[in-house]
Amino acid sequence: MTRALALLNDKRVRDVVYQAALLLGLAALTVFFVRNASENMVKAGIASGFDFLWRNSGIDVPFVLTGYTRSSTVLDLFWAGVANTMLVTVVAMVLATALGFLVGIARLSSHWLLSTIAGGYIEFVRNIPLLFFVLFWYFGVIAALPAPRDSVSVFGVAFLNNRGLTIPLPEAPATFRWAVAAILLSWIAQALVAAWARRRKERTGQDTPVLAIGLGLVLVLPVLAVTWASLATGWDVPVLRGFNYRGGFVIIPEFVALLAALVTYTAGFIAEIVRGGIQAVPRGQTEAAAALGLRPGRILRLVTIPQALRVMIPPLTNQYLNVLKNSSFGAAIAYPDVVSLFMGSALNNTGQAIEIIAMTLAIYLVIGLAVSAFMNWYNARIALVTR
Amino acid sequence: MKTVLAATAALVASASLASAQQLAPSPTLDAIKARGHIECGVHLGLPGFSFADDKGEWTGLDVDYCRALAAAVLGDAKKVKFTPTSVQQRWPILQSGQVDLLSRNSTITFSRNASLGLNFQGINFYEGQTFIVRKATNAKSAADLDGASVCVAAGSTEEKNASDWFLERNLKVTITNFQKNDDAIAAYDAGRCDAYTAGVGALAGQRVKLKVPGDHIILTQPISNDPQGPVTRWGDERWQLVVRWVLNGTIAAEMLGVTSANVDQMKASSKNSEVRRLLGAEGNFGAMMGLSNDWMYNAIKQVGNYGESFERTVGMGSTLKLERGQNQLWTKGGLLFTPPFQ
Repeated sequence: MTRALALLNDKRVRDVVYQAALLLGLAALTVFFVRNASENMVKAGIASGFDFLWRNSGIDVPFVLTGYTRSSTVLDLFWAGVANTMLVTVVAMVLATALGFLVGIARLSSHWLLSTIAGGYIEFVRNIPLLFFVLFWYFGVIAALPAPRDSVSVFGVAFLNNRGLTIPLPEAPATFRWAVAAILLSWIAQALVAAWARRRKERTGQDTPVLAIGLGLVLVLPVLAVTWASLATGWDVPVLRGFNYRGGFVIIPEFVALLAALVTYTAGFIAEIVRGGIQAVPRGQTEAAAALGLRPGRILRLVTIPQALRVMIPPLTNQYLNVLKNSSFGAAIAYPDVVSLFMGSALNNTGQAIEIIAMTLAIYLVIGLAVSAFMNWYNARIALVTR
Repeated sequence: MKTVLAATAALVASASLASAQQLAPSPTLDAIKARGHIECGVHLGLPGFSFADDKGEWTGLDVDYCRALAAAVLGDAKKVKFTPTSVQQRWPILQSGQVDLLSRNSTITFSRNASLGLNFQGINFYEGQTFIVRKATNAKSAADLDGASVCVAAGSTEEKNASDWFLERNLKVTITNFQKNDDAIAAYDAGRCDAYTAGVGALAGQRVKLKVPGDHIILTQPISNDPQGPVTRWGDERWQLVVRWVLNGTIAAEMLGVTSANVDQMKASSKNSEVRRLLGAEGNFGAMMGLSNDWMYNAIKQVGNYGESFERTVGMGSTLKLERGQNQLWTKGGLLFTPPFQ
């Protein structure tokens, strides 16, 4: 009796008991929900389970990165949608960051016109719903582009019209794999050279012409590799026949419109984060750097930005997660992302709403957590090391 | 919950034993009578089928059917609440019980019937899928659309039909799937696609929304057969019975020559027994379903028979100007048919 009481009074034991009880409760609740739903669905005559994933999908997708065709399975359709979501998200993250930095720095400029324009842009963007942006860009892009017969020809191999940008595809993609490998190799070499040059500078104080070597490695080599790859293969060049160009790969206007909407919208928020981050760096730091004779550009690059980044990373992570989630607005303009393909077409064809929505939620969760994990790692890496 | 249900069922059962007519329990009908209106799921906005005007007044063939149902069940055609539903929303909204039925130009298919827990209660419109194209393209039939971009509503039967049809003929089209019919038609109008595909009737309705309707033609040759009608969820047989036979009743009324104009006179003096049974002058057909005996009288009086409704909403009396075609009575060369009221 006293032993049991003693156990009950032990804080560690109590904590373990409470947490175990909570966990069990949660598990029981989940089991209850799942069983309740499946029982009710059987009663209502609604099919359930995940068998439908291996059925033939029969849905045409106009923009595929994964090798999906209409005779693939519903699961392949899911992955095709996920790939499209990832593509637009990643590209939008990179471009929105670049544009956001430019606008944020412009906002702080002492040039009156520049900072006013940047300020106006930020206020405009932050106070307008994203759906408006998506539709504005979509109908803007379509309206701006010509019909297929009046296509804008890019050197006679790529064609731009309101069906998209049709680009030629290599007939032997293997040569491009070599080219990509060569480019990756040159990037690694560049990183090694930069690290070596830094150590040499610290040790001997001597400068290395990193820029020249870097240009050679990062620019000249890849250009050579791509040129070689292009010459070594035959090309599937699009040809105008009937309604539109045949052959090649089409970058659809929905992709461009969604990307433009995500980038212009998110850049407004990132600009404010950048401004806030830079202003969070104490004035004394810039003044000290100026007193040491550094020019404004170098002050920004060497003193202000590295310190500002520490303030900026956590809110930037939020914006990146928003880009991921906002990419689902593509469904409004027929961009074939995971929401449009899986929660739209596949759901309607199979009717298995619970399974499909659960899978879509899960994939957003997984990608979102991966983005967070990367940003947390980066945040830890650049954190101020205090000794 | 279960015991409450069982108790209610027992109560209803003993109550009905006491009355002359024994009725199977119908939770849907009970709920409709308790709340005083029918919840009817319709299309988001398709002129001729279900379309709300600037005063919020719904009109259309599918809307008329729900009004007739309200007149039959509650005695007043105005006692309907319309819930506009998108292609994606329609099944979950019905399955979850938010609406009592869908009357939403949805195609009857095997897999919907077998795996979605849905029942189709008859056909109020024989639709055939076709394409709307710009006159300038010179396309005369669907086979001329090789290489075209086609806008379509994602998850509709049209999406798969079109894909199957072109694949079978070895023609290549690019299908762009939008979430809503309205988005798809807007993108077509903006020049994103060479064609928009939907049923003949739906296209006639959608064409009205285009910037310059005269620049577009609807290809006459249909590529599919899409029968459409009211949909209910599984279970509650008595409610399904009501939904099915009100539809049959409006068709039978046209067959028997009963219109909203002559319904009083027909009820009082018709010597045709089927007319008398339909209108409740003879027998107790309404009571057999738990409705009043003048159920179809109310429906015809307030909404009209199928033919009247057709002409007013999609036929020659409307902006759509559709021929009766397959939607004519079988005696006049169409496909409309109803089992006898006997």
